[in-house]
Amino acid sequence: MFHLSNIVRSKGDPKLVEGGPSLKRPQDQLARALGWFSIGLGIMEFVAPRRVTETLGMEGHEMMVRAFGVREILAGVMSLSVDKNAGLWARVGGDGLDAAALLSGLTSDNPKKGNIALALLVVGGIAMLDYRVAQDTKPGRPPRNARRKLYPSRSGFRKGLQAAKDRAKEMTQHAAAGVTS
Amino acid sequence: MKALVWHGKEDIRCDTVTDPEIQDPRDAIIRVTSCAICGSDLHLFHNFIPGMMPGDIMGHETMGEVVEVGTGVDGKLRKGDRIVVPFTIICGECDQCKRGNFSVCETTNRKKHLADKVFGHSTAGLFGYTHLTGGYPGGQAEYLRVPFADATHIKVPAGIPDEQLLFLSDIFPTGWQAAVQCDIVPTDTVAIWGCGPVGQMAIRSAILLGANQVVAIDCLPDRLSMAEAAGATTINFENESVLERLKELTDGKGPEKCIDCVGMESHVMASWPDTLLDRAKQMMMLESDRPHVLREMIYVCRPGGIISVPGVYSGFSDKLPMGAFMNKGLTMRTGQTHVNRWTDDLLRRIEQGEIDPSFVITHTVPLEQGPEMYQVFRDKRDSCVKVVLKP
Repeated sequence: MFHLSNIVRSKGDPKLVEGGPSLKRPQDQLARALGWFSIGLGIMEFVAPRRVTETLGMEGHEMMVRAFGVREILAGVMSLSVDKNAGLWARVGGDGLDAAALLSGLTSDNPKKGNIALALLVVGGIAMLDYRVAQDTKPGRPPRNARRKLYPSRSGFRKGLQAAKDRAKEMTQHAAAGVTS
Repeated sequence: MKALVWHGKEDIRCDTVTDPEIQDPRDAIIRVTSCAICGSDLHLFHNFIPGMMPGDIMGHETMGEVVEVGTGVDGKLRKGDRIVVPFTIICGECDQCKRGNFSVCETTNRKKHLADKVFGHSTAGLFGYTHLTGGYPGGQAEYLRVPFADATHIKVPAGIPDEQLLFLSDIFPTGWQAAVQCDIVPTDTVAIWGCGPVGQMAIRSAILLGANQVVAIDCLPDRLSMAEAAGATTINFENESVLERLKELTDGKGPEKCIDCVGMESHVMASWPDTLLDRAKQMMMLESDRPHVLREMIYVCRPGGIISVPGVYSGFSDKLPMGAFMNKGLTMRTGQTHVNRWTDDLLRRIEQGEIDPSFVITHTVPLEQGPEMYQVFRDKRDSCVKVVLKP
């Protein structure tokens, strides 16, 4: 990566000698992987819904698969953004919808019900992973009601607020009278 | 040397890199004694501003001691001089520099062709602030090469601590310019959105420029308490309506002057549907900025008033109420800061004890802890307002 970006640097600019530790945690990397997985799956569902419905014996539900594809893409993009936690929770919700849709196709007359059972197993596993990563990537912001320090004595005016206001008034009067200080 | 290096979105590391070298006769190298994390560094941390490359050194609030000068510095700087480095790199010779419009210096952006394509015309080169503004290595490091060093410096005297002088590099003149741009008169109410470091400086600047009333808007009690300490009336937007309260404070007429110290990453709240839409669009790369504050300012500002925008915007903003802006006859003034236009006056005010900008510092840590402090500052943990790093 640096070999590429170093191309844009001038000769005397600092170059990397030894990398320091990254702020990225394993769960952040996992969130990123899930985000790309979501986008990939979403594109497949959107572009080839018939392949999906045929595999699951759920022909006639192509529009629903397409809609789910859009949902996957949106959740994936969100998971790759700085609001990844929201994206991951959106994925958890989506997993629930996927499971519900699959269960609706799990009827005795469906010749592909074995595929549906397998898909349910996969969705269940991924849902557990999504839930875990969503838990582990909670934003670091303190809650609204967290106790915070206050800074009531940090005015910045070394001679006090009133002196600052008086000085401003004096300067304004001087400016009006055309005097420079 | 050690430096804070951008590796990607939310990934800044303290790496070992080669020392900077003199590349041009007008260069100088400084040993950094203090540097700070700026609110606009967070836009880079989040990768919201295009043009960062892995390996870029962060930082544009820096001061230190000159350790090496090029042959073309013409005696304007000598080894051992103590300088604050303005975040805008200036040549001091082009038409814009001669007019005092330093942040749009025509010479110093070494990747002018990129900026010309994006902005129409190039702006000045900036330290540690994307390849659109020159791709210059920043000052969150042990050493910094200062290009055009004969013009790009503020010499500061010994005997005043770094903490009082460091913010001459950016946030103090930025807050000051924001207030000066408002043409404040003694009857004015100045409303300031955002009580981060630039907002705090803008509050004090508005008071020093003689505003009758300063109103500070934020949602964090620590930052609001700091604003109150300087005499501002405060509005916590999570607890009350900004529009209603501003009306109440101005006899229903609205503030004459409004300052946006928030910029492109405005707060997102369920009760403000426009912010949710902006966030969704920003995520989908359909909009680069979240301009809620601009919308609110245009709506609430008194007709004929002035809107000053020191907050950083990077690209495109949707749904700006241009009808209200035009019909109310508002004036908008904005721009990166012309740092050297203001620093003589501000340094004098510091020397005379009128103001001590170090009030804003809440955390001072070694450079090595910089990456974690980006997260602390971003998340506003531990009542963090301003982080100073010591290499």
